[in-house]
Amino acid sequence: MAIRRVFIANRGEIAARIIRSCKHLGIETVLAVSAADRNSLPARLADRAVCVGPARSSDSYLLVNTLVHAALSTGCDAVHPGYGFLSERAPFARACEQAGLVFIGPTPEQIEAVGDKLRARSEAIAADVPVVPGATVDSVQDALEAATRIGTPLLVKAVGGGGGRGMKRVDVLDDVASAIELASAEAAAAFGDARVYLERYVSRGRHVELQVLGDGQGRVIHLGERDCSVQRRYQKLIEETPAVGLSAPLLAQLREAGVRFAQRLHYRGAGTVEFLVDTERDCFYFLEMNSRIQVEHPVTEAVTGVDLIAEQIAIAAGEGLRLQQSDVQITGHAIECRINAEDPARDFAPSPGRVRRAAWPVAANIRVDTHIDDGAMVPPFYDSLMGKVIAYGADRAAAVAALQQALAVTYIEGVATNISFHQRVLADAEFQQGGIDTGYVARLMASG
Amino acid sequence: MSLSAADIQEIMRLVEASGFDELLLETAGTKLTLRRGGAISAVPSGSVTLAAPAVSPVAVAAPAQPPAAVVVPVPVAAPVVADGTPVESPMLGTFYRAPKPGAAAFVEVGAAVEADTVIGIVEVMKLMNTVRAGVRGTVTAVVARDGALVEYGETLIRVAVAE
Repeated sequence: MAIRRVFIANRGEIAARIIRSCKHLGIETVLAVSAADRNSLPARLADRAVCVGPARSSDSYLLVNTLVHAALSTGCDAVHPGYGFLSERAPFARACEQAGLVFIGPTPEQIEAVGDKLRARSEAIAADVPVVPGATVDSVQDALEAATRIGTPLLVKAVGGGGGRGMKRVDVLDDVASAIELASAEAAAAFGDARVYLERYVSRGRHVELQVLGDGQGRVIHLGERDCSVQRRYQKLIEETPAVGLSAPLLAQLREAGVRFAQRLHYRGAGTVEFLVDTERDCFYFLEMNSRIQVEHPVTEAVTGVDLIAEQIAIAAGEGLRLQQSDVQITGHAIECRINAEDPARDFAPSPGRVRRAAWPVAANIRVDTHIDDGAMVPPFYDSLMGKVIAYGADRAAAVAALQQALAVTYIEGVATNISFHQRVLADAEFQQGGIDTGYVARLMASG
Repeated sequence: MSLSAADIQEIMRLVEASGFDELLLETAGTKLTLRRGGAISAVPSGSVTLAAPAVSPVAVAAPAQPPAAVVVPVPVAAPVVADGTPVESPMLGTFYRAPKPGAAAFVEVGAAVEADTVIGIVEVMKLMNTVRAGVRGTVTAVVARDGALVEYGETLIRVAVAE
């Protein structure tokens, strides 16, 4: 069915991003806004904005029934969930389907399959995709045996966790029992799910993820990988594509594994299969699959020329995959910096407030995805992402140089930003050489 | 197309026999509003003019009375901004002025309300949420339309708060 009016159940830069593709496609947009976002840039860009609740996301952007009601009442035929909020909540996808709304994303069953880490892990094993050696925790005795087999250092992870939350590192076997107890209690409080599991800790790992598109019938293509190893406390800050310094066989295997995983699920829509590349052992492990559009999707768009949001909409509308694998040509190099309202001088503390002036860079090889303009508010209720600056170059060095030039003329007044952090990384010799691991930022910050 | 008096009589009979409170009919040149227990109006938007007895365009409560056919030219004046404290919708949903179709509205203009007086219902996916006045006073305006989508914070009614 043709999609004529899309309800956007999200906010911030991704709302603006979705509106942009919809406008290009001639699709009308209705945006859900909280009381804090009534005057946001996306609220002005959308054909209509409806206030769904007060600022707190639990009373607005996370209200399944209210959002479905709003979508129906405003005559929308489809719902785009963006990322975060309800994008990976199966009950929301199901509620949309039951109300006769097209959910622009995977099926509720697919969201469930990858949302539960233990299930995702067993799906990976079934798809012959390598996983980090690990074990589920049924009893402390089992856990001790498993921990001995896996070896230290290891991680205790919450089944319901994600984005780096709900993890504990254990360096000596004697600490395993107490770490499990603590992690389990924290997981119960934070995610409402006390289950934890053990996993081998990779001391030098790179975060490499594969962008996939599936038609829901078993056909899956990939649009290359992204290296997101510049992370601080498991939060991605800089992402790039292609990933440099990986051996050709490893990269080929990783791409095949990601496609195989999504194929097994008969995955529908855009998704990202995340891997940990163990640089010391020269192998990779499946981490998880994100069943939504990613924050860092623009770097993939920059090197492939594919509009991923448009492909999401086409697949949701039943058009299937419009691209063959051979149609996807990766040219050049792209790097993205996430500009957050946080203060590097104060241990990256969030810095919400009113942006008095925002001057974003403009250049042919620069793309900026943002919802922040002069006078915009960065409310304290949501994440601190203000925008993304994406640079494209013929090669990595050209992309780094373009990004440096762009950040030099990026000017945000009124709130603290992490721009100086990005400038420091981009100028750093180790980063410029390429292929850094996920411990890089911590080492950089410790060096003063 | 224009509506004859006979057409309107026929439409009224249909509405009366139905479970609906209100009918909005828009055709080229004519806009007809039928409201159970209220006023009915047809707006000439083109050259079509319906001759009819002019009655006050303001919908006045007339409980338990069959719909009266009143065709009036709608005043071009700007919407009246009533005084009073706004009572806002606590959530997004569909607003209902009455407990069920055909029943009398919870409140009308001029009604005295207490803080806990129910002034309407906001429905979210079949879940009915009662909305209370929150203040004591007299209703000066009913702003939200019955059956319409109301947003969080949208004004439902206005109340002149008692001292």
